[in-house]
Amino acid sequence: MSRAEAVPRVSPLWTLGLFRSELLTTFRRWRTLALLGVLAAVPVLIGVAVRIETGDGSSAGGGGGEGPAFISQITNNGLFLVFTGLAATLPFFLPMAIGVVAGDSLAGEANAGTLRYLLVAPAGRTRLLLTKYATVMVFCLVATLVVAVSALLVGALLFPLGDLTTISGTRISFGEGLVRALLIALVVAASLTGVAALGLFVSTLTNSGIAAMATTVGLLITVQILDQIPQLHALHPYLFSHYWLSFADLMREPVHWDDLTRNLGLQALYAAVFGSAAWARFTSKDITA
Amino acid sequence: MAPYESENTTVAGEVDEPRTGRRRAARYVVPVTVMGLAAATIGLVPAIADSGDPDLPEITAAQLIEKIAMSDVEQLSGTVKITTDLGLPDLGGLEDSLASGAAGRGGDGGSSADPSAKLTALASGTHTLRVAADGPDRQKVSLLEDAAEYSLIHNGKDVWGYDSKSNEVYHGTVDESGEEREQKPPATPKDFAEEALKSVDDTTSVTVDGTAQVAGRDAYRLVVEPRQSGSTVGAISIAVDHETGMPLKFTLTPSSGGAAVVDVGFTKVSFDRPAASTFEFTPPKGAEVTEDGELDRGRGHSGKPEGAPKSEEDLAKGLDGLKMLGEGWNTVATFDTGAEGGLPTGETGGDLGGFLGSLGDQVKGEFGTGTVFSTRLVNALFTEDGKVYVGTVTKDALVKAADAGK
Repeated sequence: MSRAEAVPRVSPLWTLGLFRSELLTTFRRWRTLALLGVLAAVPVLIGVAVRIETGDGSSAGGGGGEGPAFISQITNNGLFLVFTGLAATLPFFLPMAIGVVAGDSLAGEANAGTLRYLLVAPAGRTRLLLTKYATVMVFCLVATLVVAVSALLVGALLFPLGDLTTISGTRISFGEGLVRALLIALVVAASLTGVAALGLFVSTLTNSGIAAMATTVGLLITVQILDQIPQLHALHPYLFSHYWLSFADLMREPVHWDDLTRNLGLQALYAAVFGSAAWARFTSKDITA
Repeated sequence: MAPYESENTTVAGEVDEPRTGRRRAARYVVPVTVMGLAAATIGLVPAIADSGDPDLPEITAAQLIEKIAMSDVEQLSGTVKITTDLGLPDLGGLEDSLASGAAGRGGDGGSSADPSAKLTALASGTHTLRVAADGPDRQKVSLLEDAAEYSLIHNGKDVWGYDSKSNEVYHGTVDESGEEREQKPPATPKDFAEEALKSVDDTTSVTVDGTAQVAGRDAYRLVVEPRQSGSTVGAISIAVDHETGMPLKFTLTPSSGGAAVVDVGFTKVSFDRPAASTFEFTPPKGAEVTEDGELDRGRGHSGKPEGAPKSEEDLAKGLDGLKMLGEGWNTVATFDTGAEGGLPTGETGGDLGGFLGSLGDQVKGEFGTGTVFSTRLVNALFTEDGKVYVGTVTKDALVKAADAGK
């Protein structure tokens, strides 16, 4: 243990190499590609469904405002499909994908018996953990961007593009709309860092990849259900999913920052608490596999 | 050499076990500390921000009221948080169908962008509004919803209502100077304060009760209290900006105690001119536009704090025969609905009647018998012979007024 801390200085380049190989392993997995494929398919599904439904001129969502956020505006502007796509995937698909990747990150290696070989490399456990977390974060960003880009492509193909009306009723140019879409994608990716840290911590607790994934996704569902129970409203501001849909506030004019900053603060808090818990567990754990 | 190291520890564990265990546990201090720090920050920051009322020169109540009257804020933008707790039974969708005339989100096929339908939502719960104003001709109020917004924009002679959730637009026009007052919903603390100060007379005590900080601005606190007993209004507290004389926060507490019935306050305010684009609105392509026409002007009352949705319909109906009894805070409005037998409560009205009856209390007096429907602020008495008494007075005062009016 004590010597593990005093790991000889490793060149930063070497860490980068470890990070790169981690990224490659993660993104070369069929499982990861399948997850990304599913995520890319969601906006396609929404786009085609809205297109078919509104083919006869009627408005989407029955005009009553049902369905995911922004769905009624898609027919006027394809860019709104980006927001609808993210709003539809954020509650479940995106965090589930993150849960799978994060839950598998350490437990999967332990399960396959490769964790000890990773630790043979002179990187140290802390560094390996950070690399794993960084990889999961990159996956968060990539997964979000996959949804956003797929939605933008489908939106551009099926619907007109142009100036768009913010939800406050003001108009912004298409260029500014694109900037906002990118900002929203970044905020959505950042919204997932809390789940990522939670998944990583769960992953340090067990040697079974499946168990870690199932636990993370189970926790995700539990939290989402708790967030729906009105009697628990005192608890709601501390649930990591509570402010997720606040990314829509970026479409107000002027932007309403209150919930957005609360969301980012909460994610940072989850990342700090569960990140350090994962560190506490992983650096003191007996690696038997 | 971590893996070898850990393996060693396991093998030589016999001796080292307690020490290692302690060191392992010590690592968990980090996440626990982070959590503790976060909890402390969440708990302490508002406490620190709250402390210390600003020092402002002394001012009398009369001077302060004059300051409010003189206030000529033309440009402002800000965020308003409005909390209303009238103590209405939470009926959910049932309420909509019962009071279909007054409430209901776009009920009866109406546009969901119709302002009168939308603003009744303010009668209960907590809402965040954004307000912006630039002179008398350009105002905007937006009701912030989850991933959607309802905006009411007044620009020149156009009034636009835009519901981003359903992508529906409501359009009306007003005379350049005439009726827009009525169109403008009472959303800001100023609207509420003006309403409250209208009723200031010798039945009212008005005092300045120290200072407060609202939305980062120093403000005087004006307290308006009824002198008479029998009113359901306990006290009205108005925070007035010391520079502009603009009311920043309005709180109405009931005489029965408990949480405020109406609490409207700026959480952010700026007196700079809002960007001109704020007030510009073109209906988005494909949006469904409902032109004003069937909108009943009389329904402009809908946003008023006293306007409990249930009594409103009746109020409009019986407006001709409206009489005021009593004075000051104990004024009771009465009118004859003409419907003999009163509300279909009890045995006569079947299921619905029984349900309505269960919400009210049966009372007897010299006037006969009737049913009192209570909220935390407004009480209404429906008598058997079809008369209705409504006021911000207690149940006893209502019965007394009914007796006297007989």
